[in-house]
Amino acid sequence: MNALPGYNFAYLDEQTKRMIRRALLKAVAIPGYQVPFGSREMPLPYGWGTGGIQVTASILGQEDVLKVIDQGSDDTTNAVNIRRFFNRTAGMATTDRTEEASIIQTRHRIPEKPLNENQILVFQVPLPEPMTRLEPREAVTRKLHALADYGLMHVKLYEDIARYGHIATTYDYPVLVNGRYLMAPSPIPKFDNPKLHMSPALQLFGAGREKRVYAIPPWTRVESLDFEDHPFSIQRWQQPCALCDAEDSFLDEVVLDGGGRMFVCSDSDYCQTRQAAGHTGSENTPTEVSA
Amino acid sequence: MYVAVKGGESAILNSYELLAAERRGDPDVPELTLAQIRQQMRLAVDRVMGEGSLYDEDLAALALKQAAGDQVEAIFLLRAYRTTLPRFGYSVPIDTARMALRRRISATFKDLPGGQVLGPTYDYTQRLLDFSLADTADAPTPPRVDEPLPATSPRVTDLLGEEGMIEAERPAAGDPAPTDLSREPLRFPANRATRLQNLARGDEGYLLALGYSTQRGYANSHPFAGEIRMGEVPLEIIPEELGFAITIGQITLTECQMINQFAGSSDVPPQFTRGYGLAFGESERKSMGMALVDRALRAQELGEEITSPAQQAEFVLSHTDNVEASGFVQHLKLPHYVDFQSELELLRKMRASSAKVGAGDTAIPGVQPSAEREEA
Amino acid sequence: MSAQHGDRAAAAKTPGPLSQLAGKGGGAPLLRVEGLSRKYGGRIGCSDVSFDLHAGEVLAVVGESGSGKSTLLQLLATRLALDAGSLHYQITGRGLVDLSALSEADRRWLMRTDWGYVEQNPRDGLRMNVSAGANVGERLMAVGARHYGEIRSTAKDWLQRVEMDPARLDELPTGFSGGMQQRLQIARNLVTRPRLVFMDEPTAGLDVSVQARLLDLLRELVTDLGLAAVIVTHDLAVARLLAHRILVMREGRVVETGLTDQVLDDPQHPYTQLLVSSVLQV
Repeated sequence: MNALPGYNFAYLDEQTKRMIRRALLKAVAIPGYQVPFGSREMPLPYGWGTGGIQVTASILGQEDVLKVIDQGSDDTTNAVNIRRFFNRTAGMATTDRTEEASIIQTRHRIPEKPLNENQILVFQVPLPEPMTRLEPREAVTRKLHALADYGLMHVKLYEDIARYGHIATTYDYPVLVNGRYLMAPSPIPKFDNPKLHMSPALQLFGAGREKRVYAIPPWTRVESLDFEDHPFSIQRWQQPCALCDAEDSFLDEVVLDGGGRMFVCSDSDYCQTRQAAGHTGSENTPTEVSA
Repeated sequence: MYVAVKGGESAILNSYELLAAERRGDPDVPELTLAQIRQQMRLAVDRVMGEGSLYDEDLAALALKQAAGDQVEAIFLLRAYRTTLPRFGYSVPIDTARMALRRRISATFKDLPGGQVLGPTYDYTQRLLDFSLADTADAPTPPRVDEPLPATSPRVTDLLGEEGMIEAERPAAGDPAPTDLSREPLRFPANRATRLQNLARGDEGYLLALGYSTQRGYANSHPFAGEIRMGEVPLEIIPEELGFAITIGQITLTECQMINQFAGSSDVPPQFTRGYGLAFGESERKSMGMALVDRALRAQELGEEITSPAQQAEFVLSHTDNVEASGFVQHLKLPHYVDFQSELELLRKMRASSAKVGAGDTAIPGVQPSAEREEA
Repeated sequence: MSAQHGDRAAAAKTPGPLSQLAGKGGGAPLLRVEGLSRKYGGRIGCSDVSFDLHAGEVLAVVGESGSGKSTLLQLLATRLALDAGSLHYQITGRGLVDLSALSEADRRWLMRTDWGYVEQNPRDGLRMNVSAGANVGERLMAVGARHYGEIRSTAKDWLQRVEMDPARLDELPTGFSGGMQQRLQIARNLVTRPRLVFMDEPTAGLDVSVQARLLDLLRELVTDLGLAAVIVTHDLAVARLLAHRILVMREGRVVETGLTDQVLDDPQHPYTQLLVSSVLQV
């Protein structure tokens, strides 16, 4: 496929890409710190991945292989649309297979297959400020970050335990990066938080509407906030994936036509790879679901 | 085999085609031309140019046509195009005293140098539906005056300024170059130049509502419409190779200067203060709303107590942009089932533990709520 | 005219080192205040206030509303910027430190560990949307406590110390009476064992009977914990009960200062005499 005539490779002009790469370098140098950048108006709506798209566009080369997922799947409309956008404007290779990709742009998930040091994971971020629900004023949260004054966040967790007996945050679960900056991991389920820790892959975060980028460099400590006597824990399902029998993946609940339920991997590539390798689940029969 | 939502790409392509057909409507009805939109829907074009931050009537008309008349969508289209355009330079600051006036009114002085000019306005039209417009009619001929308007007319605020009755408008110390919000992120605290830039791109309805709130007691600033003027202003640039200003064209602007009470402080005698609004084209409602909000946002600088939404700069400026707002509100249409699944699981767990306290409740399908793996 | 009189009165009432007055060991003060001034536009908020406060000493600042006593408290707590003067505080291990030279990070650390600030209206000093336990535990978490059970039991202890029912640990302060809210605010401030507490009319909004019990509690806590405190009050009875020393303010200036009993029993400045005669005879 050819790049779109009249537009630069990967849509953004080279000056803009340089500006974003400078911001990314700063972000890598200060893990977890939100770097303001001159976010551009993209031809996709704000809140639909403009931050991730700008980050991807600014680091993308001709030889890269791009994978785009939304909710863990390559086939959801938003993932398809973003992949199509890069196909049209950059014309580079795309893939569904995690291990083949050099850049993976994601919304709300981290792939189940372990990443390696030659890969970059780009997160789409709606709200980069982890304290925004407790303190909406940016002038204040910036100061709290500067002073590493994160008591407020623990008050929230304390209150969860006092009220519910456990921490009631299930996604966008706040983390402390490299022992210094409190960071929103974007709305990934807390199931994925452990994958942020000591990842061999570079992890970049782009928030277009809020005009911030931040990063977790490879092999960086990432701790999910918790209490010593209420340690961080992740979701787990009683049963394996109904299609590939995986016991270690995040499962989506699907309501079937007959009213029954089925639990299947949210990571479509992981599920298909396992099925191709001969794993079968309890419900591995064709089912029609109209979109 | 089961796959969550397959076939996204063809669905998207089909949606494009459906949209195009709906936009065109009945093919027996003649298609709109850009010239028709530009000429006969000019106020819609003006709003799209203003909030789209691009003065180009043809492109704004195209955006409106493509968006089937949805203004926020048209603004989005124009913005997305604008951001790809190279920048050749910045213009010399425009001088609205040199405006070729088509309309100029003041609510503070009965008569003034240059006179009151009503111009083309809906203000006194009595809003009776004109059924004759339901059919095509002959083009009306505009009335003409005998003598031309003066080439320059002093602004009302300049007249007050000569007496020292209104605060002087001076550049900030060192006359720093203003922030370019289309290139740099908005940072807080934002200076007035940055705030005005943000408001100028802001949503008309939002500014109207906020400005309205200041009139209803939420940050009362006792405004008078000192002057509203609309007309054409020459746009000049100084090419590096020439070193002097040359006119590259003219643009239509609406400027509003609100005059507001101010009791004075220890350093400053009592005097009037200003709220300023400026918008592309004929956009009186927008520029007036903007001027009210600008004045309200000066609360801190003028030592006024901040009590109301219109005075809170972070709140006001973070939510002016309708392209951002529209995108983020509508992103709720995107799938959130991973997060939802997590919440569902949490809710079941909570319900299960409260059920355990009482009698046994219904079984929870699929999930073993208490089985959690502790992460090292 | 009153300035001259005031100087004489002040001189008469500051006889010796304050350490003797408070019965504490001599040496450097905990807080040294020199020439503190602040204007609001052309109006004087507070002018040329100086005093030393020693560890364990309680100072009451009294005066009518508008006398500058609240401005003084805000200046002392570094919540307002000084126009002139200086503030020095004895930081453990660092000696007497100029607070204006302290980094913001150090200053905030000081404020949430070694200092407390009790607001007149408890709603201003509490987080109304989180439980009593979280309110008390916040300072602990801010300085690194990460054991839920321990934070909780410490919070429970503190509720008991301020004579609240520990069973209300998980309740929101919105459901508490004004007196209970004020007790909670005090517990929230004292949980890190501060050495210096600022209090702005801590009993002003309460019923008389509630006031009396709260004052008793405050007196006990201050004594037990060896707290130094600056208490702003318009109520001379509060000063009489809690303070070792008193500072009378009028129109932003200190008109008289001395031992509480001396000042209240034998006021020298006409303004103090007026205050004492109109209030204390009740």
